[in-house]
Amino acid sequence: MSTLKTSTTMATGSATPAAAPAGPAASPLPRRSQIAPIADAVAIMDQIPGGGLILTTVEAALNWGRASSIWPLTFGLACCAIEMMAAYASRFDLDRMGIIPRATPRQADLIIVAGRATIRIAPIVRRLWEQMPEPRYVISMGSCATCGGPFYYDNYSILKGIDQVIPVDVYVPGCPPRPEALIEGILKLQEKIKREPILRQQAAAALRGA
Amino acid sequence: MALRTEELMLNMGPQHPSTHGVLRLVVTLDGENVMDVQPDIGYLHSSVEKMMEHRTYVQNVALVDRGMDYLIALNNEQAYCLAVEQLAGIAPPDRARYIRVIFNELNRIASHLVWLGTWAIDLGATTVFLWCFREREMILDLFEKVTGGRLHHVYYRLGGVYADLPEGWVEQCGAFLDYFLQRVDEYETLLTKNPIFLARTKGVGTISRADAIAMGASGPVARASGVAYDVRKAAPYEVYDRMEFNVPVLTDGDCYARYLVRLTEMRESVRILRQALLNLPGGEIRARVPMTMKAPRGEIYVHTESPRGDLGIHLVSDGGETPYRVKIRAPSFSNLYALTEMMKGWKIADVIAILGSIDIVLSDVDR
Repeated sequence: MSTLKTSTTMATGSATPAAAPAGPAASPLPRRSQIAPIADAVAIMDQIPGGGLILTTVEAALNWGRASSIWPLTFGLACCAIEMMAAYASRFDLDRMGIIPRATPRQADLIIVAGRATIRIAPIVRRLWEQMPEPRYVISMGSCATCGGPFYYDNYSILKGIDQVIPVDVYVPGCPPRPEALIEGILKLQEKIKREPILRQQAAAALRGA
Repeated sequence: MALRTEELMLNMGPQHPSTHGVLRLVVTLDGENVMDVQPDIGYLHSSVEKMMEHRTYVQNVALVDRGMDYLIALNNEQAYCLAVEQLAGIAPPDRARYIRVIFNELNRIASHLVWLGTWAIDLGATTVFLWCFREREMILDLFEKVTGGRLHHVYYRLGGVYADLPEGWVEQCGAFLDYFLQRVDEYETLLTKNPIFLARTKGVGTISRADAIAMGASGPVARASGVAYDVRKAAPYEVYDRMEFNVPVLTDGDCYARYLVRLTEMRESVRILRQALLNLPGGEIRARVPMTMKAPRGEIYVHTESPRGDLGIHLVSDGGETPYRVKIRAPSFSNLYALTEMMKGWKIADVIAILGSIDIVLSDVDR
């Protein structure tokens, strides 16, 4: 982990003087678009004896892979599902973050609970979540999935929050949240995945089992 | 001697990528042939009719956006506001009525685009989905400039609309319409003569005119079967009687006809929009209606043409601030009723094509 961090710092550090061509006083920090991380990484790798070699921990590499290819389940409940579809579609295009919807829970890492869940659908959501292989994540999209919504508080049929049925990792507020908000939620989930000590968790689980 | 095999009961849904929501279909199969289909609904029942009894007339505008068909929030608001206004005798000013027609039709196009995209993706044509959502985003941008919302607007008010059109919006909308008509032709180049699409839709899932009427189907589903009925023509509301437009009617009654009807409807909506933008009068946008509005004792039934069909609202008032009872006649619910008739005798692979072609939204079915 520490090796990775060092190389990242070096990459941005060397990019700073080259990336601010005119008026460094006006904007002291380079904008994200001005940094060319890949070119800098190649330049750094050339200086390392043996070149092209990146040192990192197995866990960081695994987590990077997991966070960069989250496969959500195509499961929409109500209005928020339309915004979820919009996020998959042309303008927002979740594919560029490695997010490809899967039609079956057996292949999915993430379930986006998009919309109001009724008491009748709750056991089905629970079963879908149980069918997903671990590690699995849940995004609660919209106010209804989060807390029963801004409108359904005095209602007999709507579940007051999907977290009564399945554990939620990220809550995305809104009624319905814009696709940008969903993308923000997914980025937050990626951060969470990257922090996870997954190997140690599994080792601990194996020890407990033994 | 024919070999008798056992019938198989297959559950489709409630989680299925092609059920467009949480619909469960109990399909009885003999080999690959569909013997019977029973839709099992209620997975998205949000009891909106009951909730409306506990909110004032003004508050309910926000509720019909979400509780009813969420793809056509503005059409829902239109139906609800029309009912209350007719009951209470409120007359919205002319400009508001034109603006409402503009937004009804824009929402109709947006809804048809979602339908076309998702149906095409069910049939395996992913490009159409991406293209349809590209244009839909432009409509949502137009919405956002005026109403502030993409999906739920709460834009119509009793007696008018919430805000006036911002400067330059009419021109922007006009430019979009010019652009959009070419895009509809583009969708046609992808699908209309596509042999795979034709094989999956032409002649599939037919329903006769008599059956469509008997099952209570309305909207594009009925019009594809030869029922020349459109509420905008039969009982014009707002300023639809001042607009010139055709109601597309086909007689085949199959999935392909339903597709063609909706495509033509998009073009006709553009026609209506152009006339409305051209003749948009100036003046007030809202009549004076108190926030604690009370409707007089009585009841009323109004119906409007939503993108899915005949959307009716039956409102009963006991003279108070809240409705005594609201009954929503949801077009998706009635169209779903015709589904069994359409699917009998077809193959299991056609179930998806037929289900997508009737364009149901489960929020509208379950309410």
